[in-house]
Amino acid sequence: MSKILLSLNNISKNFDKIEVLKNINLDIYDGEFLTLLGPSGCGKTTILRLIGGLESPTSGEIFMNGKNINNVSAEHRETNTVFQSYALFPHMSVYDNIAFGLKMKKMPKESIAIEVKKALEMVKLFKHKEKKPNELSGGQQQRVAIARAIVNKPLILLLDESLSALDYKLRKEMQIELKILQRQLGITFLFVTHDQEEALSMSDRIVVMNKGKIEQIGTPKEVYEEPKNLFVAKFIGEANTFVSTLLELKDSRAKIQYKESVFDLKCTKELTKECIMIIRPEDFRVERNLEDVKSKNYFAGKLKDLIYKGTTIDLLIETDDGEMLRASEFYNEDSDALGYMIGQPLYLYWVEGWETLLCNE
Amino acid sequence: MNKKMGIFAKISISLLAFWLIIFAFLPNILVLFSSFMSKGETEFLLFDFTFSNYVKIADTLYFSIFLGSFKIAIITTVTTLVFAYPFAFILATASKKYRALLLLFVIIPFWTSSLVRTYALIAILKTKGLLNALLLWIGFIDTPLEIMYTQSAVYIGMTYTLLPFMILPIYASIEKIDMRLVEAAKDLGASTFSQFTKIIIPLSLPGIIAGSTLVFLPSLGMFFIADILGGAKDLIIGSFIRNQFLTFRDWPFGSSAAIMLTFIMFFMIYLYSRASANISQKSTL
Repeated sequence: MSKILLSLNNISKNFDKIEVLKNINLDIYDGEFLTLLGPSGCGKTTILRLIGGLESPTSGEIFMNGKNINNVSAEHRETNTVFQSYALFPHMSVYDNIAFGLKMKKMPKESIAIEVKKALEMVKLFKHKEKKPNELSGGQQQRVAIARAIVNKPLILLLDESLSALDYKLRKEMQIELKILQRQLGITFLFVTHDQEEALSMSDRIVVMNKGKIEQIGTPKEVYEEPKNLFVAKFIGEANTFVSTLLELKDSRAKIQYKESVFDLKCTKELTKECIMIIRPEDFRVERNLEDVKSKNYFAGKLKDLIYKGTTIDLLIETDDGEMLRASEFYNEDSDALGYMIGQPLYLYWVEGWETLLCNE
Repeated sequence: MNKKMGIFAKISISLLAFWLIIFAFLPNILVLFSSFMSKGETEFLLFDFTFSNYVKIADTLYFSIFLGSFKIAIITTVTTLVFAYPFAFILATASKKYRALLLLFVIIPFWTSSLVRTYALIAILKTKGLLNALLLWIGFIDTPLEIMYTQSAVYIGMTYTLLPFMILPIYASIEKIDMRLVEAAKDLGASTFSQFTKIIIPLSLPGIIAGSTLVFLPSLGMFFIADILGGAKDLIIGSFIRNQFLTFRDWPFGSSAAIMLTFIMFFMIYLYSRASANISQKSTL
């Protein structure tokens, strides 16, 4: 990774004595697409507003390119925000909205015209430049909001749940467009979302947050495949969790007991007596006969429900001791996945090493 | 239920219509007719048809009264705007607790007749009044100011009386502004001054126009303030009309002046509705 562009140093923020951020430490690298992911109210938007200068931290420091910017007000920071509500100026045309930041910088008129034209072409809105924001569709308004921010060439572009107001299909398109735009411009993007799928598909790195704290920072692959704790595992993707007891841990192998079953698994880290095994639904393999199960570690149960999802099919399986497990299978036309019958006995197993073991906190 | 409401609605609308026809529409028609008549030696009105009253208004002497009255109305509108805007802004951005209190301050004067309040202003403005006493005590002035019976007194009285009519519409339109737009402007590098001139003022323009109309139109007609505080030295259209009816007993001429004023007001309201329709069409986001 390249140099650190912005860092948050022990940032805390209180609103009326309610602590929304607790000792946040975060480095943002130049040119990366970083996503703050977490449930609503976890403080991710507050981090964005602190960086943008719309709020000031209760304690801690913010550094941009090594300089403390705590006391630099929003209008003098080299950051720009794409607001959740877009916050387009209703009394100005698309052109004037985009030109606003450059006018504030007192850029000469001719240069403004050139820059705005470039931005308009980038977001494919050139022919709408005379329109007022309320004459545009949601997706077009979104594009204006993005153009209005990037035309100023900020060091960091802050995007606050910017896609959540769009419908599913448009959101998917905008995700791709944003990603392409970010590569073209080379600007650092800090994106806030509560949508884990969006975070996984767009980001270079993801910061998973909960209740004002950072739970994990890592690449999409890391946070998905090696979640640091139960919150991360459950928030990103679906997870079957098994609260188990550690029987033995030696020679990089762990023997754990979950209810009546004992599993013998690879484990290279320390575990507490109480531990949790996590298996993603897509990591389960489903068999009808015990002979086909290619592992000593498996669950037996009955099929409770089938959920058809287009590219995958989700199986809800009730184990013999009453636990509900979720497995999802890809299938094609001639696959036998659709041939399952409700109530049919099934066996679930997984390739050793695909599970994740966590300490129970 | 629906039918009952229908009857109730019909009755109340007819009552209202009846009231307006008897006490507003008919009198105005009478004024319109009398403006085309002439004054007799012994009777108020001679039933003939003439444009002479309107020709008389165009006379420089009377025309200058109209112009002077306009000048007073314009200056009053500008001063109320200057005083009302900051107050309306503070009102709109204050916390709920203080907002109710501040609104109360705006509304309290309505509980007393404006005529009574205008007489009360004399006690403040007169040579040995409260204002002079205060200024002398501070040491701001050495000799008492002569405010009463000058044009300044008229402006003070007009501004005071009409201020709430400016504050309330501006307050309503500032309160409606999405403050996230101001944040967005700040984020894009707008200074506090630019946030005001580029975002807040343009977006509160409907309130400014509404308030200006509500102040400008009455200030053409509020003769009692000009009379009481200005010593009737400055004739405004309102006092001019009253004088024609009550002093000179020239009803036709007074009527024609009243009709002129009505037309001017209609024209202003027309301009206002066009301007506000334009703005609301631009900003219905």
